[in-house]
Amino acid sequence: MLRTGLRSLRSRPVLPTRLFSTSRRIRSEALVNSLDVYTEEETMLREAVQRFATDVVGPKVREMDENEQMDPAIIKGLFEQGLMGVETSAEHGGAESSFTSAIIVIEELAKVDPSVSVLCDVHNTLVNTIFRKYGSKEQQDKWLPQLAESKLGSFCLSEPASGSDAFALQTRAKKDGDSWIINGSKMWITNSYEAEIFLIFANIDPSKGYKGITCFVATKDMGIQIAKKEQKLGIRASSTCTLNFDDLKIPAENIIGGEGKGYKIAIEILNEGRIGIAAQMLGLAQGAFDKAVPYTYSRSQFGQPVGTFQGMAFQIAQAAVEIESARLLTYNAARRKEEGKSFTKEAAMAKYWSSVVAQKVAGSAIEWAGGVGFTRETGIEKYWRDSKIGAIYEGTSNIQLQTIAKFIQKEYS
Amino acid sequence: MRPSAARLLNILVPVKRSVDYAVKIRVNPQQTGVDLNVKHSMNPFDEIAVEEAVRLRERLKDGVKSIKAVTIGPPKASETLRTALAMGADSAIHVEIPESAPAPEPLGVAKALHALIQRGDGEGKVDLVIMGKQAIDDDAGQTGQMLAGLLGWGQATFASKVQVDVEKREAVVLREIDGGSEEIRCRLPLVVTTDLRLNEPRYASLPNIMKAKKKPIEKLTAADLGVDFTPRLETLKVTEPPVRVGGGKVESVDELVAKLKDAGFTAA
Repeated sequence: MLRTGLRSLRSRPVLPTRLFSTSRRIRSEALVNSLDVYTEEETMLREAVQRFATDVVGPKVREMDENEQMDPAIIKGLFEQGLMGVETSAEHGGAESSFTSAIIVIEELAKVDPSVSVLCDVHNTLVNTIFRKYGSKEQQDKWLPQLAESKLGSFCLSEPASGSDAFALQTRAKKDGDSWIINGSKMWITNSYEAEIFLIFANIDPSKGYKGITCFVATKDMGIQIAKKEQKLGIRASSTCTLNFDDLKIPAENIIGGEGKGYKIAIEILNEGRIGIAAQMLGLAQGAFDKAVPYTYSRSQFGQPVGTFQGMAFQIAQAAVEIESARLLTYNAARRKEEGKSFTKEAAMAKYWSSVVAQKVAGSAIEWAGGVGFTRETGIEKYWRDSKIGAIYEGTSNIQLQTIAKFIQKEYS
Repeated sequence: MRPSAARLLNILVPVKRSVDYAVKIRVNPQQTGVDLNVKHSMNPFDEIAVEEAVRLRERLKDGVKSIKAVTIGPPKASETLRTALAMGADSAIHVEIPESAPAPEPLGVAKALHALIQRGDGEGKVDLVIMGKQAIDDDAGQTGQMLAGLLGWGQATFASKVQVDVEKREAVVLREIDGGSEEIRCRLPLVVTTDLRLNEPRYASLPNIMKAKKKPIEKLTAADLGVDFTPRLETLKVTEPPVRVGGGKVESVDELVAKLKDAGFTAA
């Protein structure tokens, strides 16, 4: 019996993957699609975001990068376009769209500016999803509309002493009547400068180890101190700050998912977030490619466009293959998640590979554009700088490889 | 205050699926037209038309009863209608022509729209047609004017500003003309064609794209409207403009004037 992975990628009831022999015909051919099929809404969304990204974000990209500052008008624009509550239900002010729709948004934004893309990604795939999946009805009714309409969210897990080893976090929460007092620091927190709603992971009972980690929602005005803003190599417009909690008082009703459930929330949510980062890196690679390649067909040397020299053409072709592979990995992981299938391995593969492709293609894009690619003016070099973070955040490449290896070990041994 | 005796407005917005403005146009090998195997999207002037209809509703509130988008095109043209719905139209009509059929000409389109408008009666009667001044693929700029002629309605073309008074059933339109601009007052029903400066169309937001899913699209054929789309014009040849040859540099204004005189460009 040969198993061939046949998948239906439409958002309709699907047939489970079937085992069949090569001699038996596939029964329901109508539901089997190629891997790049999108619903009409998803296609419309892609075009709408593409236009928004090109027209509204595009002109500001360089300025935001040079100033290391996100333009508030861009954040406002994202909210106005309904891009900050992609999967949130209409009842809570969201667009009630598919997970793949969120991935499309992230990819299209990244083609123009990976900094804007990660802002939207963290907000949607980490913050919104935590409320949607683990929040009580009261919490959802309270927080989701704010997050969909105007308030930026931030996900606070990492600390100076705990990155990959997330569960070694030191931030403590101590009960005080019907409040919790939080003390500690978070580091490397995306969106922190502009965010108003923070999901903070703190340990309420260190004696239980990681099983004491709990997820709290806090607002900036509760007293969160935004400290050092990092000066980074890439995604400079995305704010990355250290946060300090000095006897930060949070009402008990602000615990998401229950006491001690934080580790579970973190693991599961980062799983999904991985696909978001894969989409960001994919968009980055595509954006760099789309910027550099047309230039190679207009820049002539020795009497012909440089892109038509065989050496260049082969490099460009290879890059296109790599981007396509990252695209298929990313969207297939997204569809698997939508269909309720297991997707941990696929998400890890997508994130790992997209970050590799992003760095490679962005680097090549600079070389294809020659000296012009090396100057900051065309924005090609920015993609390369932005790509480096792909191998680091939301699970380093080594962590992804470890995850994938574990699956393989289980399968093959 | 609700307009009392005045009937609420029904706005019709014809839209066209045309070659996307950013595409690099190439003449096809047979020299009968341009390569149509490229990205298509809603004609930019039609986007401005949809946007204006939606803005009229935002300004007049209850004064606008319905905004209906209509397109005459192949099956794929329904995407263009979805965009109009996502921008704020309430419903749409798709006059479907076969994929293989030649593109309808302005007169054919005008006749189809005329037939469509004649269908409406009572509460469904169209009061205002807002459409693009021209499509960016054929640049004909005829459909609006022909439609007004067939209907016997007034026309306000190349509009850069539109103000409607529902109670008085009239519109004041600022038109872009060669010498500058012209303001005209027209009675409804009226055909308006949009010019570039009328407005800047909104991006379809995601919630609106999702809402557009539920809005109705009525499908019709040429036969349903009793219209014949057979072309009356035959395109003989399409070629690219001649390759631009380099100019020359001159040292002084006098030399420039002399050169212009030689080329026959001055009055004297």
